Amino acid sequence: MIRLIEENDPKAFHLLQSLYPHFGKAFIIGITGSPGVGKSTIINKLIREFRKSDFSVAVIAVDPTSPYSGGAILGDRLRMQDHATDEKVFIRSMASRGRAGGVSRAAKDAVIVLDAMGYDIIIIETVGAGQSEFEVSNIAHSTGIVSIPGTCDGIQAVKAGILETGDIFIVNKSDKDGADVTMHQLTMIIDLANGNNWKPCVLKTIAHDGTGIEELAAVFLSHWKFMEKNNLLEAKKREHKINYFTSLLKDLTLEKLLLFMENSSEYREVLNKVLSQEIDPIHAAEQVVKEIISPFVYEEQTHEKKPNGLHELRVKK
Amino acid sequence: MENKIRGKKIRVLIAKPGLDGHDKGAKIVALALRDAGMEVIYSGLHQTLEQIIHTATQEAVDIIGLSIMSGAHLPICEKLIVMMEKAGLSDINLVVGGVIPFQDIPGLKEMGVSAVFPGGTSFEEIVHGMKDLFKK
Repeated sequence: MIRLIEENDPKAFHLLQSLYPHFGKAFIIGITGSPGVGKSTIINKLIREFRKSDFSVAVIAVDPTSPYSGGAILGDRLRMQDHATDEKVFIRSMASRGRAGGVSRAAKDAVIVLDAMGYDIIIIETVGAGQSEFEVSNIAHSTGIVSIPGTCDGIQAVKAGILETGDIFIVNKSDKDGADVTMHQLTMIIDLANGNNWKPCVLKTIAHDGTGIEELAAVFLSHWKFMEKNNLLEAKKREHKINYFTSLLKDLTLEKLLLFMENSSEYREVLNKVLSQEIDPIHAAEQVVKEIISPFVYEEQTHEKKPNGLHELRVKK
Repeated sequence: MENKIRGKKIRVLIAKPGLDGHDKGAKIVALALRDAGMEVIYSGLHQTLEQIIHTATQEAVDIIGLSIMSGAHLPICEKLIVMMEKAGLSDINLVVGGVIPFQDIPGLKEMGVSAVFPGGTSFEEIVHGMKDLFKK
């Protein structure tokens, strides 16, 4: 099933249609952070903790697709072997397939499937992320950001982006030098952030021997309870649904529109001007948008008919 | 799992069953397959056959590639093929590489192993061998 989704198979969308009403029970955790900080290892240990409380757990682990060959090596599973034969643990590796943001669209749909299948907790592991890989917080109810000692000085900490999206910060490999400094820095920005909702917390872990993981699991669960109690979970789910829908809409519209544009003579004319450097790309883009798209938008808003050859052609279609 | 290739990605599970000590070969083969545009799930050393079956099911792979250098390829493959049938995975192709004496290859194929790539096989031959499995 997930396989079909990954391949954009039309069959998958029929199945998705029937599963969608059952979606929305699971608690979804996102784990992100730079490559090599220990995301997979932490998840491996987290699964064990959640299993102790008898939650069923599904993991979607995303690894990068090669931009050159389109192939991928999916190695996250390698670190999650403790549960290789547990029936209530489902681990699925996915390749990012060129999607920026660390999460493939297929991963979003896979979450719907796994949720509808009745898994209590779904963990999404992003590709090793950079500073702006926060898309996972558009799916997850609770986002954990993993860092390691020595990576976070004062200015990194106040930069916008990934750090703003974290609910729980994890300083892994905390037996290494500098853990306390990193802890301190992270705690400081969290304290600065206004905390009318959930106050993010910082935890130290040493994933390979399991130190701190029990606490981490407990914090995720208490975040879950906290959100449920304060009606935040419903709000977040609503927001995610809207985001997902609008982003699909955007993709689809853009795809159709670009296709349409590429077939128009205006587009080709302007493109030629850009190529010959008669007009700069910014103005060119504006011109194309003005000529091709604005008639619709304009009409929608004002109900005013503008005579326009291209517009007419489009309407006939 | 009813896909054949049609521009879709081939998903391969690379696993080393049993007690082999190192996985350099398996890793290098994984890289070569990646470069050929496949998605490789790398599960590493010391896999039990149960783990391999479980992983192949969850990951919905097209090919299971075993790297075996312990000399136990005949009993391992025999057992795995029975387990694959039981788990409903008979449509997955099983391929084997590693230290495999040439005289064992016919026996492996008779069991149902789709392809054998003994030591000395070039990457090209492996990649083509795997892609050929989907041309029928």
